[in-house]
Amino acid sequence: MPHRLELTGITKRFPGVLANDNVSFAVRPGEIHALLGENGAGKSTLVKMIYGIMQPDAGEIRWDGVPVVVPNPKAARKLGIGMVFQHFSLFEALTVLENIALGMDSKIPSRDLEARIRQVMSTYGLLLDPHRTVATLSVGERQRIEIVRALLLDPKLLIMDEPTSVLTPQEVEQLFEVLRKLAAQGCSILYISHKLHEIKALCDTATILRGGKLVDTCDPRQETSRSMAEKMIGAGLKDIVRVGERTLGAAKLVVSRLSTHKAGHFDVPVSDVSFTVRSGEIFGIAGVAGNGQNALLDALSGEIRSDDKEAVSLDGYPLGLLDTTGRRKRGLCAVPEERNGHAAVSDFTLSDNSVLTARDRLGMVMLGLINSGAAKTYTGKVIADFAVKALGPASTAGSLSGGNLQKYIMGREILQKPSVLVVSQPTWGVDAGAAAAIHQALVDLAAAGSAIVVISQDLDELRALCDTLAVINMGRLSQPRPAGEVSVEEIGLLMGGVHGAAEAHDAVPA
Amino acid sequence: MQFRLEKRREPSQVMVYFTPFAAVVLTMVIGALIFSLIGYDGVGAVREIFLTPLTNAYKWQDLGIKAAPLIIIGVGLSIAYRANVWNIGAEGQYVIGGVAGTGVALLTYGMTGWWVLPLMVIAGILGGMAYAAIPALLKTRLNVNEILTSLMLTYASVQLIYFLIRAPWKDPMGMGFPQTRLFSEAARLPTIIPGTIVHLGVPIAVLVGLVAWFIMSRSLFGYRMRVVGAAPQAARYGGFSENKTIWMAMLVSGALAGLAGVLEVAGPFQRLVPGFPTNYGFTAIIVAFLGRLNPLGVIIAGVVLAITFVGGEVAQTTIGLPDAATGIFQAMMLFFLLAGDILIKYRIRRVGVQQTAGAA
Repeated sequence: MPHRLELTGITKRFPGVLANDNVSFAVRPGEIHALLGENGAGKSTLVKMIYGIMQPDAGEIRWDGVPVVVPNPKAARKLGIGMVFQHFSLFEALTVLENIALGMDSKIPSRDLEARIRQVMSTYGLLLDPHRTVATLSVGERQRIEIVRALLLDPKLLIMDEPTSVLTPQEVEQLFEVLRKLAAQGCSILYISHKLHEIKALCDTATILRGGKLVDTCDPRQETSRSMAEKMIGAGLKDIVRVGERTLGAAKLVVSRLSTHKAGHFDVPVSDVSFTVRSGEIFGIAGVAGNGQNALLDALSGEIRSDDKEAVSLDGYPLGLLDTTGRRKRGLCAVPEERNGHAAVSDFTLSDNSVLTARDRLGMVMLGLINSGAAKTYTGKVIADFAVKALGPASTAGSLSGGNLQKYIMGREILQKPSVLVVSQPTWGVDAGAAAAIHQALVDLAAAGSAIVVISQDLDELRALCDTLAVINMGRLSQPRPAGEVSVEEIGLLMGGVHGAAEAHDAVPA
Repeated sequence: MQFRLEKRREPSQVMVYFTPFAAVVLTMVIGALIFSLIGYDGVGAVREIFLTPLTNAYKWQDLGIKAAPLIIIGVGLSIAYRANVWNIGAEGQYVIGGVAGTGVALLTYGMTGWWVLPLMVIAGILGGMAYAAIPALLKTRLNVNEILTSLMLTYASVQLIYFLIRAPWKDPMGMGFPQTRLFSEAARLPTIIPGTIVHLGVPIAVLVGLVAWFIMSRSLFGYRMRVVGAAPQAARYGGFSENKTIWMAMLVSGALAGLAGVLEVAGPFQRLVPGFPTNYGFTAIIVAFLGRLNPLGVIIAGVVLAITFVGGEVAQTTIGLPDAATGIFQAMMLFFLLAGDILIKYRIRRVGVQQTAGAA
């Protein structure tokens, strides 16, 4: 029996980068095949060529044993290739049915389409009401629309691009059930991820890419997460070093009944959030994307000012009415989730980006004039201390890769020695090496006596890093718990909206 | 066949500075072509408009006094536009600046003293600021688009002139002409080169450009303008309030337009007349963009636009080109500049054809 998909010697070159270098692997019918690699390893380029968004410079794609050229995604769908993207393309104001109808290559009468959608849903256990408006759906439910959309075409190969990055653990389990069912019926699945335990749990084969080259094809069930990670980053993995048993000091950041107003139609405000972070403590806030994390970060950083001066206080000093500059002067620094255009200005040099947040704490402004020498010196120190790959302080932020820019931003805030640091998604889209460095820097900052708040969707990250964990859901924060005492299941239920410890305990199967 | 604009990975820095020159050259070529096609001496028109003002030394003083207000207003606009604050009403702020200066000149009529002129200048600056404050207030309080309000206020300002010179400020000895009386000596801008019409406003314009360049590149104020324009969300994160920036941008650009207005009324005009609104405020928009929103570039661009004004007048008398020709040339320049900017940021890709070729 021929392979469902076979790639031989695929090479793709971009100006200055070899994105894929002579990559060959094959996917059997009914196989769940993982494509594993760090950001920038060439996974996305590879699947874009399979799905017809790009053309390879060299190499051959065989489909059921026959060499094919996939000129565009429409042709790919015709062959039987479906793809679920990491970022959904859905209209918030339309219903599930309308969204699916808009994405179809051929026009199907709405009633027939609905019947087919219901049939697909019941076959695979994808629960969804076709008449609900997308805006009212959770991220997991939105992903189901994309999956249904792909399944309607009876694909023989389904490509899933980082599907679990936005899901709760329970939703991940449900997704895996669907994928296993699909595979059992002969549909091949190409599963792109960098989450190793998922790949171990789900996949039959794993192809590992590094720097555009194929490193290894292995059976993930025979490997340990660590061995795969080391193949992925090409070096030994560093563990976070904790200096002995940290003792938590006095309360530093006290947030009391913090609320924000709804700013836009799809904005999720926070309501009545209270928590305390002590000196030396790393406080983690888990939650599915879009549950008020952005509003919470803005309300803590000062981008959204509170009406109540006591809503946020540092060492007993009320910060609620101050803007970001005022809070920074008092020692509260923050890093928002979005790097480009929020935490940094892409068109500006790194030096100018340092002026953005470090000007007051490091005396870069005198009599209204910017001391560019001081900015340059500080930026050079950030680049050196955080191993940022950049030509120097005069490089533009936009010329850095995502991971390097994140290292620069984290370094810019951490070297200001803030007494409170609030970060959102500190390692989003950052390769494992850079992520480890950022984690270590956060732990070191806490060890030096700062209070740290980490808002993240990555549970592994939070559990490795934090002393205390809480979950944000629909703008409300759950009761904080010591990180060692909460299970993944409990966090998952809280992320899904089951509030209260007792409730969560009842819902966990014994 | 279909065309699509595709974003370039990185815009070429060389092209960013080359485009203004290309725009001027293209304007000359296409302008010559168009005017030839409609029956004028096209090449002659371009020569008269773009070269005569430069080759004829007698025209240099005209260039100076035309360029001065364009540069002063253009510098103000370049600062506001950097922050994405679209003050289109510089003409109105220029007019009110002139009106405020005239007010002081009439109040002090017959008086002497060195202090009269500085007082007029201060009044003119405050007038321009006050008039720019209206769009700023509407924008920050009610989120009214500043493009519309600043533009519409221009027309109101012109009506104010008409009212003032027909009634309260009318020259009692003017035989019914709608104009104010000629300012007294102390209220007139001195010429700096004896025997010419080059007045104090010309060096002031260059100074304004240089100071603005220093402020925009070195000060926190300049940083604020640049960061708000480049990434508003990052600016908020950096602690720069958007409303405060709108106020600053409007007030600075209004102040400079008002300064240009009072220098103009105290210099070339020396009285307020119906012809005082000369569209410098609108032309300065072209100057600001042609100068790449950089105060030093604005100085050069101000001279280029002054050339078209002076040259347009020359061409009117020598080859009978209509008055509107100057406007056409100026508009073409802006058009080519903006088109060039698009091509710097995007490339044109033909779609459809290539993809089917790949399928074969």
